[in-house]
Amino acid sequence: MGYFLAAIALNPRSNYEGRNPPLPASTVEKKLSDLNMNDKTPVVERYFTWVGGVVRGDLGTTLNEKSVNSEISRRIWVSLRLLLIGSIIGSVLGVVTGVVSAVRQYKPFDRYFSIASYVFLSAPVFLIALLLKFGAINLNNKLGFTFIYTVGEYSPEFQGAGLSSLINRIQHLILPTLSIALGGIAFYSRYQRNAMLDVLSSDHLRTARAKGLTKRQALFKHGLRVAILPLTTFFAYSFGLLITGAAFTETIFGWNGMGQWFVTSVQANDINSTAAVILFSSVLVLLSGFLADIVTAALDPRVRLR
Amino acid sequence: MRLTRGQLVRRRFKRNRLAVFGLVTLIAMFFLAFIGPFFSKYKWDELDFLNLLQPPSGEHWFGTTQIGGDVFALTMRGLQKSLIIGLLVALFSTGIAAMVGAFAGYLGGKIDKAMMWVVDLLLVLPAFLLIAVMSPLYRGKTWLIFVVLLAAFGWMITSRIVRGMAMSLRERDFIRAARYMGVPTRTIVFRHLIPNVASILIIAATLDVGGTILSETGLSYLGFGIQPPDVSLGSLIADGTNSALTYPWLFCFAGGALVLTVLSVSFIGDGLRDAFDPGASTGANS
Repeated sequence: MGYFLAAIALNPRSNYEGRNPPLPASTVEKKLSDLNMNDKTPVVERYFTWVGGVVRGDLGTTLNEKSVNSEISRRIWVSLRLLLIGSIIGSVLGVVTGVVSAVRQYKPFDRYFSIASYVFLSAPVFLIALLLKFGAINLNNKLGFTFIYTVGEYSPEFQGAGLSSLINRIQHLILPTLSIALGGIAFYSRYQRNAMLDVLSSDHLRTARAKGLTKRQALFKHGLRVAILPLTTFFAYSFGLLITGAAFTETIFGWNGMGQWFVTSVQANDINSTAAVILFSSVLVLLSGFLADIVTAALDPRVRLR
Repeated sequence: MRLTRGQLVRRRFKRNRLAVFGLVTLIAMFFLAFIGPFFSKYKWDELDFLNLLQPPSGEHWFGTTQIGGDVFALTMRGLQKSLIIGLLVALFSTGIAAMVGAFAGYLGGKIDKAMMWVVDLLLVLPAFLLIAVMSPLYRGKTWLIFVVLLAAFGWMITSRIVRGMAMSLRERDFIRAARYMGVPTRTIVFRHLIPNVASILIIAATLDVGGTILSETGLSYLGFGIQPPDVSLGSLIADGTNSALTYPWLFCFAGGALVLTVLSVSFIGDGLRDAFDPGASTGANS
């Protein structure tokens, strides 16, 4: 909890960092002042103006004079959908494969998965995403029709609700989610495997077996619960990585999400937008840290809420 | 027969096949990156206008780019950059981590609180985003600024581990003895504390090399890292992607070199960890 409190205090600073990129392209002084981006005004003053706006729920305007708020509300769900589905798939499958390979240590399943996870951990997200994209393009060419879409979030002709547009969205969703999830699976399964191995050789699991539980019962009731604990801490840290990954996947697959917005707005020296994305990501990291704390409290019999 | 700790560690390391494989591959990569270019006919910034977009051949081992650059020379140049940056950043960031962690853990109290506050602060913000934001600062300047930035945002987790160890070392008899003998704090930290966490530092530095290479190539891929005309594996991959389906040699060599390097570094890191500390579980440290 101390961590969490300290971390809240940090947010202002992140925004502060966000204002560092110098010089918006526009030269008109007044316009810059209107946008609160004029570099003649001291940084601290601009910073307080910005914070004042944020407190009132106004994140400022982008360089081309759109409201950052409306821009965010358009993009946030795109990113959140990608991040949530990706991280859920990643962590669940990662934990499952980790547990299975721990139980079958040094059997073929464990060996193949260990090697595969090493490779995926060594390959950057953008490389995985690119390879997936090329694979999908090849597959589409072979099939003769577009089975998995590689660009965009949905096809323009399927804008409405209904089953066909849902299917269309899923076809678009597969690749970006997969490229985020693969790294997560590799990451979590490594840690889960090690944590599980520690637990498997521990005394309390032997006790559970001795009191007559079957191996399966002992494993799920007493083993898994303890072995998942350290992972919740990692979940908080890895969310930062995940956001980074989203920046790549969104750029590569042409999704108009927060990550892609970040890349373009840094390139355009758009201070307010960049600050907004950094704010968004630190809020996400904090939230996930908070979530991790709650899950730990729920799972760990030693932690009791005061 | 008696063995020193160093011999013991080396022997354990050698028994680990993956780690040895990693070491051999990494050394091979170094040789390839720094000596390979001498055997190639073309320099990395030299253009061969007669051969545009040619597939790999005896003349151009990895083929040529759209403007006639030699892909082999370019890849080697990028590999050099990535390796140097990885090593430098790992060295710097582990150094910072050791200092901050050891002093914070040893001194405790307010200094500890303040330092850990900074660590938490930096951990909340994705380092990647911050470096990308600051990228205009080193646009057109030396890539060493990039190295400093990468190091400045990469030391936090290691310093937490070091701090934890320093806190328990502080109460050990030999440190107490030194303290009661009036040895100044600085000497205690550098002479007694840091050598005692050396094994952790070596492991962390090795794993950092891999992580750094990944983030460096990632930043370069998006154009926030190494700036043209210089190349890095990341920017090479970025350049090659647009036409990669028809001209795969443009990016597959750079991608392969990247994955192989990071893979071998992480094998070495895990091997070192097992060698230094056979009982410890791999991984779980925060």
